[in-house]
Amino acid sequence: MTYRLGIDVGGTNTDAVILSPDGRVVAKVKRPVTEDVVTSIRTAVMDVVAASGLDASVIRHAMLGTTQVTNAIIERRRLNRVGLVRIGAPATLAIPPLTSWPVDLRRAVEHASVVVRGGFEFDGRPIAPLDLVAVADFVDRVRGEISALAVSSVFSPVNAEHELAVRDLVARHWPDLPVSLSHEIGSIGLLERENATMLNAAVHDVALRAAGAFRDAVAQAGLQAELFLTQNDGTLMTLDYAMHYPILTVACGPTNSMRGATYLSGVTEAVVVDVGGTSTDIGVIRNGFPRESAMAVEVGGVRTNFRMPDLISLGLGGGSLVTGEGEAVHVGPQSLGYRLVSEGRSFGGPVLTFTDVANAVGAARIGHRDPDVALDLARAAYRRAVAMVEEGVDRIKTSAHEVPLVAVGGGSALLPDRLAGVSEVVRPDHYDVANAIGAAIAQVSGRTDRVYALEGRRREDVLAEAQSLAEADAVRAGADPRRLEVVQVEEIPLAYMPGNATRVRVVVVGPLASGVVAAGG
Amino acid sequence: MRTITADDLTALATGATLLGTGGGGDPYIGLLMAQAAVAKHGPIPLMDLDDLPAEGLVMPAAMIGAPTVIVEKIPNGTEMRQAVRALERLLSEETVAVMSIEAGGLNSIIPLTLAAELGLPLVDADGIGRAFPEVQMTSFTIHGVPATPMSLVDDKGNTVTIETVDNLWTERFARTATVQMGGSALIAIYPMTTEVARKASIPGTIGLAMELGRIVEAPDLGGEERLRRLLARMRGARLFEGKVQDVLRRTTGGFARGTATLTGYGAHQGQLMRIEFQNENLMALRDGVPMAMVPDLISVLDQETLRPITTEALAYGQRVIVVASPCQPIWRTPRGLEIAGPRYFGYDFDYVPFPGGDAA
Repeated sequence: MTYRLGIDVGGTNTDAVILSPDGRVVAKVKRPVTEDVVTSIRTAVMDVVAASGLDASVIRHAMLGTTQVTNAIIERRRLNRVGLVRIGAPATLAIPPLTSWPVDLRRAVEHASVVVRGGFEFDGRPIAPLDLVAVADFVDRVRGEISALAVSSVFSPVNAEHELAVRDLVARHWPDLPVSLSHEIGSIGLLERENATMLNAAVHDVALRAAGAFRDAVAQAGLQAELFLTQNDGTLMTLDYAMHYPILTVACGPTNSMRGATYLSGVTEAVVVDVGGTSTDIGVIRNGFPRESAMAVEVGGVRTNFRMPDLISLGLGGGSLVTGEGEAVHVGPQSLGYRLVSEGRSFGGPVLTFTDVANAVGAARIGHRDPDVALDLARAAYRRAVAMVEEGVDRIKTSAHEVPLVAVGGGSALLPDRLAGVSEVVRPDHYDVANAIGAAIAQVSGRTDRVYALEGRRREDVLAEAQSLAEADAVRAGADPRRLEVVQVEEIPLAYMPGNATRVRVVVVGPLASGVVAAGG
Repeated sequence: MRTITADDLTALATGATLLGTGGGGDPYIGLLMAQAAVAKHGPIPLMDLDDLPAEGLVMPAAMIGAPTVIVEKIPNGTEMRQAVRALERLLSEETVAVMSIEAGGLNSIIPLTLAAELGLPLVDADGIGRAFPEVQMTSFTIHGVPATPMSLVDDKGNTVTIETVDNLWTERFARTATVQMGGSALIAIYPMTTEVARKASIPGTIGLAMELGRIVEAPDLGGEERLRRLLARMRGARLFEGKVQDVLRRTTGGFARGTATLTGYGAHQGQLMRIEFQNENLMALRDGVPMAMVPDLISVLDQETLRPITTEALAYGQRVIVVASPCQPIWRTPRGLEIAGPRYFGYDFDYVPFPGGDAA
């Protein structure tokens, strides 16, 4: 039987949990994040193993959700120098690559860019033959100065041939240069997809270091487990796989919370509210997985279009400051953060926070209620904070129907049991470590996304073929082939294209083939 | 003469989205192209119609095609110049100024790149005063200005020049050529003498778009004050304040048609507003009573930022302010209503002009 370890490195805390083979929480810890991530992860892992009383060797899988990639982009630290090949000339020359990037990020990432002939029309006809000679000249010229290469091509989501040709060329001549291809990262919208691909290339070394730190921390804690990183769609990547798509770990924290919330509560269609010390994330789970955002999403000030969970973030958490009074009362966005437990009124300190007003109105019992908090002010502030959450919930819903709300995160104890637009507030056990649990239970996904000519074929056959490709992808990534489940099928007909062409995307997920590993070990 | 500098470009894009009344295409690609062009060639002179020279051509330029293609296959950048040269050769006349065909949406800002490259002024005018979906829906058509000769140029350098018997035929052939060109093209259309331009175009609309954008983006003003200034400048009024309750969409014949239902709060507590759209917002009905209708302008603004929300982006839960303002007078003429009145878009209503100002 195998146990699973889930770890979530957040802004304030590193949480770790151990789940038993039948999915119960065996042990959980919260440890402050330190400057040195390895130490922080190692401490959390050693402590949770100690708390569980288990022999470390029974833990066979360890899953990490981490903000390290996001932080590197936001802080512009330790990023790769990237060369960019855009395939699309003579089209696209009107807007050079990285045009809208913040200057400091651009300076940190871009080494050189080139736009070469090639790419495709919307219907799959070539714009021009691919100019591989120009690509080779460019890479040969800059290879000493770059540590990663990004490749974008016009309409590569419809036809990826030219991007793949560049990858093959680089693999033949410069096998050590990591290559990011845009069709594997983003969707239609050249600039946003290209931006996401540049960011993916730029965080290659950061991801490599994060993976190394994870490996070291787990080894130092005495574990011999298979290691995975969690992606922002709630599924796992092996460390090797993650080195190719590190950008897909951005926003995995809120995703893990949502997945943990659905696992703990058994609710698969709901709004999830994750209240931390400084901020609150509100998302939607559909069929047990986070709903994806349909809009362009900014990462580090750059417009991108890779898949991201649809989230509303509020500057409201347990440590949020209460200011003003009466109608003009405000809660947040400034927060005490982890200093709540030393400076908050409920902990003998001088500062009035969301936690203190929730205590005063009787909505929560955290620390010691300070009787000197004015009740009028507390009521107004608490009403204001609840209204913020209610408005966020209402914005993220897609209809006026009441929906269940699953409350997770350490600060969620402050929320009332009744909220406008909500049918019931579900508070699962272990709500305070839902994010680490979400990491521990993460499954493996497989996907396919290609264009099929439907003429002369039955639609059912095409869909079946796409599904079997996605399933093979999932099994390669470590999924149990007997327990795969289709979670997404999309058919997008391409207008005006001869042969009735349709783009078919299929995503399947399934649990890790852990039984097989257990049988072998 | 006034100039458009790098600092004016985002304001123009925001104002153009407002005048786009929910449609007209996202100006983002046009904004990036204009930013690159102004960085390279310097500020663009913005010329009043009255200051146009006596001789020479005024050349409207625009982008035509599917939005999905435009965001993926970005132009080469030389298409518009090539399209203009094709018409100049045909007409044996030189261009003295460039013009936007429509002040709403992407096409407000697209010709800036051309003006910068040719070193020519942009005329502070357009042919619509808002956004409309078809090439014949312009004040030029009402004034009898032919849309052709017109030229389409694609990213590969292909030029198609067409001459048609009327502007409806122009629309048909232009769409067909656009599909062959890969779903998008840049065009030079309605070439006209400066004298015709003075008579047939709508003055001041580019300056207006920039002013509106500056008001929306004014960093120091509160929401109410910005809204007051916006409405004063547009001679418009607030129709409704509420929450988007439901959005129904159906794509038919290349149009994103749909209906948005809003429930009111504040002064509109208990009321319902329905907005009918086909790319653009076309009808606004409060409790079943038409409050404003095409060709008057109906815009949906985010309640907090006052940023216009396009019909594609309308979604349940958004807090919005619906504003309406009178269209350009030419659209209220019998010919104007025939081309772009409620019945042209399939709504069985007699046009009732939106009074504007403080009447609502």
